[in-house]
Amino acid sequence: MAQKNIYEYDAKKLIASQLPNYFPEFNYHEKLAVITPEKLANFDRFVAENPWLKTDKLVAKPDQLFGKRGKANLILLDANLEQLKKFAEEKLDQQIIIGNVKGVLNRLLIEPYIPHEAEYYISITSDRYNDIIHFSFEGGIFVEENWDKVIHISIPFEKNIESFDLETKLPNLGKFNDVLIPFIKGLFQVYCAQDFAFLEINPFAITEDKKIVPLDLKARLDDTAAFLHMDTWGNPNNPIEFPIGIGQKLAKEEALIKDLDEKTGASLKFQILNRDGQIWTMVAGGGASVVYTDTIVDLGYGDDLGNYGEYSGNPSREHTEIYAQNIIDLISTNPDPQGREKYLIIGGGIANFTDVKATFTGIVSAIRKSANKLKNAKVKIFVRRGGPNEKQGLELMKQVGKETGVPIEVYDRYTHMTRVVSIALNKNLKR
Amino acid sequence: MESYKLFNKNTQAIIYGFQTRPVQRMLDFDFVCKRKKPSVAAIIRPTQTTAIDYHKVFWGNKEIVIPIYKTLALATKKHPIADVMINFSSFRSSYPTSKEALESDTIRTVVIIAEGIPERQSRDLIRIARERSKFIIGPATVGGIVAGNFKIGNTAGTLENIILSKLYRPGSIGFVSKSGGMSNEMNFMISQCTDGIYEGIAIGGDRYPGSRLIDHLLRYETNPKIKMLVALGEIGGTDEYAIVEALKNGSIKKPLVIWVTGTAAKILPQGLQFGHAGAMAGSEKETADAKNQALREAGAIVPDSYEDLDKKIKETFEKLKKEGKIVPFDEFEPPKVPMDFSEAQRLGLVRRPTNVIVTISDDRGDVPTFAGVGLDKIIRENKSIGYVIGLLWFKRELPEFAQQFIEIVIKLTADHGPAVSGAHNAIITARAGKDLMSSLASGILTIGPRFGGAISNAAKYFREALQKRMSPLEFINYMKNTAKINIPGIGHRIKSVQNPDVRVQLLKEFL
Repeated sequence: MAQKNIYEYDAKKLIASQLPNYFPEFNYHEKLAVITPEKLANFDRFVAENPWLKTDKLVAKPDQLFGKRGKANLILLDANLEQLKKFAEEKLDQQIIIGNVKGVLNRLLIEPYIPHEAEYYISITSDRYNDIIHFSFEGGIFVEENWDKVIHISIPFEKNIESFDLETKLPNLGKFNDVLIPFIKGLFQVYCAQDFAFLEINPFAITEDKKIVPLDLKARLDDTAAFLHMDTWGNPNNPIEFPIGIGQKLAKEEALIKDLDEKTGASLKFQILNRDGQIWTMVAGGGASVVYTDTIVDLGYGDDLGNYGEYSGNPSREHTEIYAQNIIDLISTNPDPQGREKYLIIGGGIANFTDVKATFTGIVSAIRKSANKLKNAKVKIFVRRGGPNEKQGLELMKQVGKETGVPIEVYDRYTHMTRVVSIALNKNLKR
Repeated sequence: MESYKLFNKNTQAIIYGFQTRPVQRMLDFDFVCKRKKPSVAAIIRPTQTTAIDYHKVFWGNKEIVIPIYKTLALATKKHPIADVMINFSSFRSSYPTSKEALESDTIRTVVIIAEGIPERQSRDLIRIARERSKFIIGPATVGGIVAGNFKIGNTAGTLENIILSKLYRPGSIGFVSKSGGMSNEMNFMISQCTDGIYEGIAIGGDRYPGSRLIDHLLRYETNPKIKMLVALGEIGGTDEYAIVEALKNGSIKKPLVIWVTGTAAKILPQGLQFGHAGAMAGSEKETADAKNQALREAGAIVPDSYEDLDKKIKETFEKLKKEGKIVPFDEFEPPKVPMDFSEAQRLGLVRRPTNVIVTISDDRGDVPTFAGVGLDKIIRENKSIGYVIGLLWFKRELPEFAQQFIEIVIKLTADHGPAVSGAHNAIITARAGKDLMSSLASGILTIGPRFGGAISNAAKYFREALQKRMSPLEFINYMKNTAKINIPGIGHRIKSVQNPDVRVQLLKEFL
């Protein structure tokens, strides 16, 4: 529920479909295709679906949410179909390293190669009171080192761009002025009307016959607005994809919780940081979960942290049990190879309305079912929580510890929220 | 009310959405704070068919009613004093409903609970609020509280927590955070290391909250009752720099203890989205470390970690106390709110004799029973209606012949039943606890033209004949020539010896 990246392919398609509503002169070539390993295996059909591949000069580049593709030697320019096929065969399914992330290349965006001279930069961002247009003559890979030449134009939220005096704020583009101004105004209207949160075209070119050609494009949408865009990107039968970055694959345990989260009004978040981690957390609350994670890191145990996650908004007993079972499985399936103890911190602040007894009943049930596994993996559990029915909830935790022999230490509201972290770790984990 | 205050002891709110639990929690809070009037003036339920309906709530141990209106327009017209709207609409309808409230003349503060409101819609609400000098708390928040004065919805949870966190009377601390869950935690923590919360607001975890940390801190700065500020910021966004600015230019002078959470982000995978929508750093400036550093440099009291936040708050408060800036006040024992019956029963604190004793049917177990026989057996073994009636009326399994007899009677009289007015009234009267005579009299007195009319007319004409001393022959002629009807009470309209009732015959055959 926030700002989400979308594929360059999807972003270009969306803009191409909407921009003519505001800028009818935008005469886009509509030639856009993505090749994946599956499509490469059926290359003839892929070409038949996109006949322009045979006639146009082509450009190909990865479409997996990362930049600096030229520097990584991952861009094919001015190629014919045969060269494209060879490039795709070479690059697809290959492992690449972007920054410090390893990932597999599996999407190449293909477009016609358009010779051009000047490259321009435009992006649109937002703050609380304005939407901001950033424009520069120095587009392309040089924009960062020439950031001081970028012109920033804030459009107050209540202003209508159509009557906004953009002309005097932009530098003179000479013969291109009459297409550039309506293009920027049109793009701005698409940005607002479609609930973009970020849009950057770097670079775009203007051809001699005054056609505007977006070359590289990055965009984020505000995914909470999907319900307002059923006719475009929020169509529930064919929703736009919000991919995660290259190299970041959703583990099956993460996918399980994501699926659960989408089915309930409560909030369930879960991300694995280190499967071999000695410290795992199951924390209630979006705010408190951050604080617990901070504290573990601040105390110097960041490298041993197994996960980030939170549950909040009064999830049902059943959902809390599934959530707890998921963490318990991860922590206990593989005991530490060196036989060291593991720590599960079941933490949280004092809830406003989440029922501590109900949610803890779910957690306790998962602990009871997995008691032997937990003992084998030498898991010690530390609990700190408050809120509606806190006494009964905490009592349940103490009981299950006594009953099953799983070591569980239980703390209530009178223990500082994160102190349970130092109690758990400083005593046990010597640095 | 002073402009730096949003809520006081007389503040009344309109609740958008039929949310019975938060409403009761607000009223229970009012009661322990000894408010004179409930803090909820009205409820809006757009789905109801009537313009006005009513909802029963407890005020201490008494019951009162709160009106429910179909529209906000009617609610604001009827309750011009209510200047707060607490909006429980879904993320889909929070925008239009909040907009309507902000554009009304009587609502000054709108609290938006829903999470997942599109950012552009939030920004438009911010614009309207700015233009009309209104205040927004939220979206994606639990709300906030002015201790001893006014509580928003579910804020601070149960009464037990309110008492433990001393929220039934104001202390000296103004607190604001992004997170709603953390605000409740901090309410308690602050009550443990100071004289307690004066006001605590959770602005919500969105990227564009309707009001920011700084907006509330500036209100607290102006409020003379507040002696010290505490805030909890969060990674993502640049709103904390407005606080840095305020510290630097002197618009915040009271001691401010603040911590920005999310310091762990530096060792976590890039782009990890924490639980809140706004909690992601887009640049170095938006990181928790950078914000904590900037705040520290600007003169705020910033601990090294959340671990030490309570110590810093305590130290700062003790210092103010030593300087004589904290005014001591008398504690009072808040009145007890009676426990709800269902809650007391759940905890095993009360018992109550039953009103009705049923020795025949029993639906407490998995399978309902009639006189001890499970309904599953009755259906699976295809038992007859006569069998079931035997269980219900005679509490036993009747012999086969008796079951059959009952079945025949029921089939034969299926169109008659108790749905005739006289029988009906006799039953009703018996259920009211009256004796046999009264019940019968009630049934008999129902006799009229459409029920038992033949008997009535028979009585009328036979009496007349007796009074006029008619002979039987005179009577027959009188009825034939003057009254021009058959003599009532003699014979059946259809059935006769020659045309016998087949129902009687069938019964005779069975016997």
